[in-house]
Amino acid sequence: MKFPPKKDMAAPRAPFSRPQANVMLSRVAHSLYWMSRYIERAENTARLLEVNLQFILDFRGYDDAYPREHWGSILAGSGDEERFGEHYPSADSRSVTEFFAFDLRNSNSILACVFAARENARMIRDQISIEMWETINELYLFLKSRSTTDVWAAGPYEFFQDIKRNSHLFQGLSDSTYSRSEGWEFIQFGKYVERAMMTARILDVKYHILLPSATDVGGALDTAQWQAVLRSASALDAYRRFYVREILPWKVAEFLIFSDSFPRSVHFCVAQVDDFLRRILGESGARPRTEAARLSRRLLANLQSLTIDEVLGDGLHEFLVETGEILDRISDGVVQATMFYPAESSQEDQQLQQQQ
Amino acid sequence: MSLLNAPYERGNFFDEMYAADGNMRPHYRLLAERLGSISVDEFERRRAAVDLAFLRRGVTFTVYNDAEGTERIFPFDLIPRIIPAREWSRLEAGLIQRITALNLFLHDLYHGQKIIKDKIVPAAQVFSAKHFRREFMNFSVPRDIYVHICGTDLIRGGDGAYLVLEDNLRCPSGVSYMIENRSAMRRAFPNLFQSYAVRPVEGYSEELLKALLHIAPAKSDKPSVVLLTPGVFNSAYFEHCFLARQMGVPIVEGRDLVVQNACVYMRTTSGLLPVDVIYRRIDDDFLDPSVFRSDSMLGVPGLVAAYRAGNVALANSIGTGVADDKVIYAYIPRVIKYYLDQDPILPSVNTYLASEAAERKFILENISKLVVKSANEAGGYGMLIGPAAAKGEVEEFRAKVAANPRNFIAQEPIMLSRSPTWCQPGLEGRHIDLRPYVLCGEKTVVTPGGLTRVALRKGSLVVNSSQGGGSKDTWVIAGDT
Repeated sequence: MKFPPKKDMAAPRAPFSRPQANVMLSRVAHSLYWMSRYIERAENTARLLEVNLQFILDFRGYDDAYPREHWGSILAGSGDEERFGEHYPSADSRSVTEFFAFDLRNSNSILACVFAARENARMIRDQISIEMWETINELYLFLKSRSTTDVWAAGPYEFFQDIKRNSHLFQGLSDSTYSRSEGWEFIQFGKYVERAMMTARILDVKYHILLPSATDVGGALDTAQWQAVLRSASALDAYRRFYVREILPWKVAEFLIFSDSFPRSVHFCVAQVDDFLRRILGESGARPRTEAARLSRRLLANLQSLTIDEVLGDGLHEFLVETGEILDRISDGVVQATMFYPAESSQEDQQLQQQQ
Repeated sequence: MSLLNAPYERGNFFDEMYAADGNMRPHYRLLAERLGSISVDEFERRRAAVDLAFLRRGVTFTVYNDAEGTERIFPFDLIPRIIPAREWSRLEAGLIQRITALNLFLHDLYHGQKIIKDKIVPAAQVFSAKHFRREFMNFSVPRDIYVHICGTDLIRGGDGAYLVLEDNLRCPSGVSYMIENRSAMRRAFPNLFQSYAVRPVEGYSEELLKALLHIAPAKSDKPSVVLLTPGVFNSAYFEHCFLARQMGVPIVEGRDLVVQNACVYMRTTSGLLPVDVIYRRIDDDFLDPSVFRSDSMLGVPGLVAAYRAGNVALANSIGTGVADDKVIYAYIPRVIKYYLDQDPILPSVNTYLASEAAERKFILENISKLVVKSANEAGGYGMLIGPAAAKGEVEEFRAKVAANPRNFIAQEPIMLSRSPTWCQPGLEGRHIDLRPYVLCGEKTVVTPGGLTRVALRKGSLVVNSSQGGGSKDTWVIAGDT
């Protein structure tokens, strides 16, 4: 009998073998994730603008200062208020639409989102289905071929319809042409993170709308505003089916935050985020191993157990903002756990030159 | 009005469709019948549909130095070029002969250099070639194959004889257009394919994968292949994606790979996975910053060490560029004779070397009648077409040649053959060339067809996509008519 030979310092982790079809490059996962987020962001922005443009029209003449205040609160909710101020003198329907829809200086504008989604898709076009690629590419070509003035002259509603329809088409095609693989998990993870945040932002817009006086609560304007919030989240019909009765502010908030069946509620989205995150990170145990999984489990538990009274008691705005921050940390955590290289921006220019 | 009613000017060139006596060549007759039944409007409609489909699918190339709309479609002409079976079998034999000799030549250059010792190719010409990699002397590549993927440019002169214009032995591109053009034609004119037995080109990707697996290191029983691209801003990025997708292999950038203990791995979401074969679409210079250009951001540090250790195979091998140098080109007929003891089936274009005193004198005296090319440029750059050039340009080249003779060659201008091409409002003759693709694996395979490039500008002889060129579908038919 002999001892086994003394071991040397461990060699690099022995690569395990997987069939090649399952290989998912980190860079590819990253692009799938961002492609999906940008499409979702473009769609939500389109809906938000569409609803509020309509809303302003409906209340034309109500109060001359009103449109400016209304757009001001949308800007405040978007988090892009400062950037808007750098480029536009005042907030009205035209300038806010310009900024949110077409302005490439705003990296969250619809155009910028579609361009970014398409750039990510182009990098991984061998990985997504031809139908998914064509949908994104056609949308991109369509947007490139039209000027803002054209769109504005034709009425922007058609434009918003196109954005929404293409986003839905893209999601439908992903669902019916993309394999349920790791890539799918990244696409879904990105989509639900983005959607949860956007729903929180849309709800938060109402917080920023300053009511002229307390008596207006429940008045025509107030109800219309809450309706607009619901429509911005495609939730009006679903809400009516659920509550039947009139539109009450706390019921709207409750529905958009806590509904466990409406697919755009924060709760529903976070449940999906948690599910896909666990699959991506291989989190199968009762206690999470990673920070991202811990955060998502805790957020989900809150959304499952809190009541709307508790949320309103502590402040709706604070709750929504905190939810957004946690979602940010969750997505950063997943990116870090599965991506391997930090953005090396100083080297990017040089790399770009050499690629040519 | 039908497409073929208008008069067609054959010109004083070899025309692919019409013989010198004005009669239509037999293998084009069925095509002409079909096209004759299509109205100009209908043809225009189909043409527009094809262009739109290319754009939608993103079958594009990138134009450099163009900030707006950097992606363009490669103009596509709907009139196919047809090659009858007998003509093709000669081309095929000639291409296989040539690549066989070139692989033997490269092996010899990087080992015993018998061909230099036997004074067939001068040592000075080899050692001064820009892409000769002396670091790889006595290094043996897997299965002694240097060039796995080759795109040879062929042209036809005034008498219709095929000539080799140049060999592309590094990273030849364009093969995706060969396949995409075919699928566009099938959609635009499905009925045409019932009249001809056109040999399919779609088998290319499978043959490519086979050739790549053939050189996998013996240690891996399930070799993994990747395609290494410079990235999304490269003009051929579409093609890289296309091929990776067709073969079902990952497309990677340099930053996706890492070398540990002289083995190459790719970084995936579940850790590092080994890589056995790299189909690289990056030039030698950028492959490995620790060996070649140290400023390369596209390569993988340590890749060459892994390659030397035999842990990863590269296609094409490092250092193949010495054999497609335009000066070395002049020696290839002798190279074929030397290794195979055969006469070249496909002749080369008569070439004068500025580095040889007598030939330099001839070049400088006759420069305005010649085509002058620099030894290492591609894409139609660094070239003078004497008869078409302005006086100042001619003088500029004369000075350049005199100053740096090793860098220049000259050839008699060849009046490339012409093919009827749709030019609003009718068909006109335009000059074309042909790039067939050759794969060397266990067997050497030539895909029946290739990329026919066409110089769309009237009178132009430059077919490169960067200089106003387009392409046509190339039909190799099973019979002779």
